[in-house]
Amino acid sequence: MATDNTMKVNLKVWRQADSKAKGEFKLYENVETTPDTSFLETLDILNETLVEKGEEPIVFDHDCREGICGMCSLFINGHPHGPAQGATTCQLYMRRFKDGETITVEPWRSAAFPVIKDLMVNRNAFDQIQQAGGYVSFNCGGAQDANAIPISKVDADEAMDSATCIGCGACVAACKNGSAMLFVSAKVSQFALLPQGRVEAVKRVKSMVAKMDELGFGNCTNTRACEAECPKCISISNIARMNREFICAKFKD
Amino acid sequence: MAEINSKIPEGPVAEKWTNYKAHQKLVNPANKRKLDIIVVGTGLAGASAASTLAEMGFNILNFCIQDSPRRAHSIAAQGGINAAKNYQNDGDSVYRLFYDTVKGGDYRAREANVYRLAEVSANIIDQCVAQGVPFAREYGGLLANRSFGGAQVSRTFYAKGQTGQQLLLGAYSSLNRQIKAGKVKSFNRYEMHDIVMIDGRARGIIAKNLVTGKFERFAAHAVVLATGGYGNTYFLSTNAMGCNCSAAIAAFRKGAYMANPSYVQIHPTCIPVHGDKQSKLTLMSESLRNDGRIWVPKNIEDAKKLQRGEIKGSDIPEENRDYYLERRYPAFGNLVPRDVASRAAKERCDHGFGVNNTGLAVFLDFSEAINRLGIDVVRQRYGNLFDMYEEITDVNPGQFAKEINGVKYYNPMMIFPAIHYTMGGLWVDYELQTSVKGLFAIGECNFSDHGANRLGASALMQGLADGYFVLPYTIQNYLSDQITVPRFDPNSKEFMDAQAKCEKEQEALIKIKGKRSVDSIHKELGHIMWEYVGMGRTKESLETALKKLKELRQEFEKNLFVPGTVEEGMNVELDKAFHLRDFIIMGELIARDALSRNESCGGHFREEYQTEEGEAKRDDENYFYVGCWNYQGNDEKEPELIKEPLTYEAIKVQTRNYKS
Ligand SMILES: Cc1cc2nc3c(=O)[nH]c(=O)nc-3n(C[C@H](O)[C@H](O)[C@H](O)COP(=O)(O)OP(=O)(O)OC[C@H]3O[C@@H](n4cnc5c(N)ncnc54)[C@H](O)[C@@H]3O)c2cc1C
Ligand code: SF4
Ligand code: FES
Repeated sequence: MATDNTMKVNLKVWRQADSKAKGEFKLYENVETTPDTSFLETLDILNETLVEKGEEPIVFDHDCREGICGMCSLFINGHPHGPAQGATTCQLYMRRFKDGETITVEPWRSAAFPVIKDLMVNRNAFDQIQQAGGYVSFNCGGAQDANAIPISKVDADEAMDSATCIGCGACVAACKNGSAMLFVSAKVSQFALLPQGRVEAVKRVKSMVAKMDELGFGNCTNTRACEAECPKCISISNIARMNREFICAKFKD
Repeated sequence: MAEINSKIPEGPVAEKWTNYKAHQKLVNPANKRKLDIIVVGTGLAGASAASTLAEMGFNILNFCIQDSPRRAHSIAAQGGINAAKNYQNDGDSVYRLFYDTVKGGDYRAREANVYRLAEVSANIIDQCVAQGVPFAREYGGLLANRSFGGAQVSRTFYAKGQTGQQLLLGAYSSLNRQIKAGKVKSFNRYEMHDIVMIDGRARGIIAKNLVTGKFERFAAHAVVLATGGYGNTYFLSTNAMGCNCSAAIAAFRKGAYMANPSYVQIHPTCIPVHGDKQSKLTLMSESLRNDGRIWVPKNIEDAKKLQRGEIKGSDIPEENRDYYLERRYPAFGNLVPRDVASRAAKERCDHGFGVNNTGLAVFLDFSEAINRLGIDVVRQRYGNLFDMYEEITDVNPGQFAKEINGVKYYNPMMIFPAIHYTMGGLWVDYELQTSVKGLFAIGECNFSDHGANRLGASALMQGLADGYFVLPYTIQNYLSDQITVPRFDPNSKEFMDAQAKCEKEQEALIKIKGKRSVDSIHKELGHIMWEYVGMGRTKESLETALKKLKELRQEFEKNLFVPGTVEEGMNVELDKAFHLRDFIIMGELIARDALSRNESCGGHFREEYQTEEGEAKRDDENYFYVGCWNYQGNDEKEPELIKEPLTYEAIKVQTRNYKS
C-alpha cells in the first residue's frame, strides 16, 4: 500500500494565456511526487511551487476527482486521459510513470473545443448537442407508476452501459477527424433501447446528428480510436445502432 | 430577538401537505410568463427545480460554476435513492420511511418536512423512469432494490454504482429541453458572489463570469439557492473539489439564518488518508455494507503487527477477528447508520486496533460473501468499486489471499471515516423559504430534513423532492402577489452598489500579497476542524478551535498570497481564495454551534455526553430545537442563536436503538 518512496518527473505542459494567444510548451523539471499521488495532485504540487514563486498556476479542469463528473481532460503522452485504460485523468496515479520520466501534457485539440486557457477547453458544443434532442419530452408530475412498463433486464443493462458516458470529450480528442459520434450515439442508444425513448426516436436522432454536423465535428471513418480511449469503455456498437436509427429515420422522411 | 415562523400547516402530519396544496395560492399561466426566477446550482436540486419551474411557465436563469450543468457534484453519488414504493413487499410504507428518517436523524428533524419527503418519494421514481433513467432491474423487468444503513427494508433504487450520475443526467435532460424551448437561460462557469436586496427582498444576484473574471448583474422576482453542502470546510472530504459554501454564507450575511451547522456527516467507508499531498478522499459506497463485514483484530498484538506491516489482514483467521458492529449492534449489524458506524471505528482505532501504518483504518471484508455467492456475483455487484479501490491503493479487494483451516480469505479493503455530507445549512420554513424574503434554499444547502444525521440514499431523494415536487408549489405562494411587480432594472443603484462591493472585496484579496497560498491555509483550516471539531468534540476542543479559527482568519486577511492582478481575467487562485474566506466563517459557525449544544446527537458527538456503552446521549429537555444563527452585521461579531422549538405529534421521541 502506501509507500514513502518519492519520485521525480519532468512535466512538459502546454501554456496558453487565453483563447486568442498562440501558446507553447513549457518544461517544469524535477517535480517531486510519490507513486501513490494522483496525476492531478502532482499538478497541484507543481502549481503550489509556481504560486510560491509568484507565477501563474497552470489552469486545468477538474472537480470530482473520482472519474464520474467528466470535468477533467488532458492529453497525456499522446493519450486522452493518459496511458491507463478505462480511467479518467483524475484516476491516474503516478505509479503508472517512471522515475525521471518526462511527461507531455496538452489540452484536448479539436476545432469544436477551443482552448480557454492553458489546459482548459470549451466543451459547450456537447451541451448544445444534448439540447437538440437528448431528452424525453415529458413534464414533471404526470408520470405513471414506475413499474407499469416492465423493461427487460438485458435492455435496461444495455441502456445503462450507454448512459455511462461522462461527456468528457476524449473520444473527440482521440479521433483524427474530431468526430463526436461515440458521444452522440451513446445518448441516442440509451433512449432507443428504452420504451420511454422510442416515441421520439426518429426526431431525436435526426436533430442530434444535424446539430453535431453544424457545430463542426468531423465525420466518422471507423478508426475506433474513440472506443480505445474512452474512459468509460463506451462501445462503438452504439455508433452502429445510431447509424441504423438514422437510416430508418431517413426512410421515414 | 428575531422571531421564527416555520409555517407548518395545520392538521395531522399525514394530511399537512395535502391540505397545504389544496389551499396555497397559485400563479396563473399568463402571469407565470411575467415572472423570472434565478436558480443557482444545477445539481439534483437545482436542475430539477429549474426544469420543473420552466415547464410550468416561469422564466428561469440557471447558474453553475462547472463548464456544464451535468457536472454538478450530485453526479458523484454512487449508492442509490430511497423511496417508499414497497415493491419488495417487505413492509415498507410512507410512515416507515418517515419514521426511519426521523429516527436516523436522532429526533432532530422537523416532523412535517420529513413526512412530506416520504410522501413524495414514490413520485420521484416514477418521474425518473419516465425520463428514461436506466435503474437496475430484475429479470422479470421490474425495478430492483437494495438495502442501506438505518433501514430493515429494501427501498433503495440504484443504477449500478452511478445512481447520482443517472439521476442528474435525467434532470439535465429535462433542463436541456427547457433550454431549447427558451424557458431556461443557462450560465455555465458563472459563480454567484452576492444576493441583491431591494426593499428587504431578494431580487437578484451578482455573479462572476469565471472565464472573463468580470462581474455581471442579474435581476429576478425570486432567488433559489441549490448550491450544495459545506463539507469542504474540512479540506479533505468526499466532496468534489469545487464544492463550497460561499453562496450560503452570502445569504447568511444578508440575514438568512444558518441552522444546525454542527451536524456534519462523517461517512464510515472511505479510503484512508495516505499522505499530505492528498487533495480529496474517495468514498467507497455504503452499498458495500450489504455484503462486506467490518472488523479489526481481536488481539492488540495482531493490530501492532498490521501497523508495522509484518502481517496482512488475510493472515488473521476468523476466530481472531472482531466484527465489532455485529457484536455491538446485533439487530442492524454492518448496516447501522453512518454516525454510529463511524464512531465505532474511531473507538476501535483510539484503543489501538487500527490496521494500517497510521493506525487509522479498519477492514471491510468480502471473504464471507465471496465464499457464499462466488466472486462473479460479488464482482457483478461491486466490481466497479473494487476497481476504483485498486486504482487508488494498488490492492485488489476481491483477490484470493490465503486459506486457513479450510476457510478461504480474500484481500480486505481498508477504510476509515471521512467528512461526507452536511445536514446543517440555510434555515428554511415549510415552504423552503429562508429567513430572507424571496430567497429559497433547496437540496443539501438547506437544513431541512435529515436532523442530526442523514440516512444513506436520502440526499438524492431530498434534492429531487425539493426540486421536482415541493418548491414548484411552495414558491407560487410567495410569487402570487408579485405578479404586478415589474421586472427590476439590473442597472439600478442597488445592483450597481452590490457589484462595486464584490469588486472591492476581490481587489482586497488580491492586494494582500502575503506569503501563504490558498491551499496551505485551507489545509490548516481542515486540520483544525478535523482535530477539534471532528468526530469527538469536547467543550475544551471547541474552545480551542474557536481561538485557532480566529487566528487563522487573521492570518488569511494579512498573509494570503494570490498571484496576478484584478485586471487579468481568469484567476483560479482568486476564486479559491473567495471560497476559503467563507469556509473559515463556516468553520467558526460549526464550532460555535457544537459548543452551544451540550448533548450528543447524530453526527454531533460531545464526548462529555455519552452513555456507559459509548452511545450518544441526547438531552431532549434542553436541546430539542433547531439552532439558528443570525448574522450581526459583520464577521467579527458573534452571531445570535435563535431557537426553533421542535414539536412531535406522530412519533414518540425515544433513545435510538440499533441493538435489538
Ligand atoms: C461521493 C459521494 C457519494 C454520495 N452518494 C450518495 C448516495 O448514494 N445517495 C444519496 O442520497 N446521496 C449521496 N451523496 C450525497 C448527495 O450526492 C448530495 O447531497 C447531493 O447530490 C447534493 O445535491 P445538490 O443539488 O443539493 O447540490 P450539488 O449537486 O452539490 O450542486 C451544487 C450546484 O451549485 C453550484 N454552485 C455552488 N456554488 C455556486 C455559486 N456560488 N455560484 C453558482 N453556482 C454554484 C454548483 O456548480 C452545482 O451546480 C453522496 C455524496 C458524495 C460526496
Ligand atoms: S463517449 Fe467516452 S470519451 Fe466520449 S464523451 Fe462519453 S465518456 Fe468521454
Ligand atoms: S475530475 Fe471528475 S471525472 Fe475527472
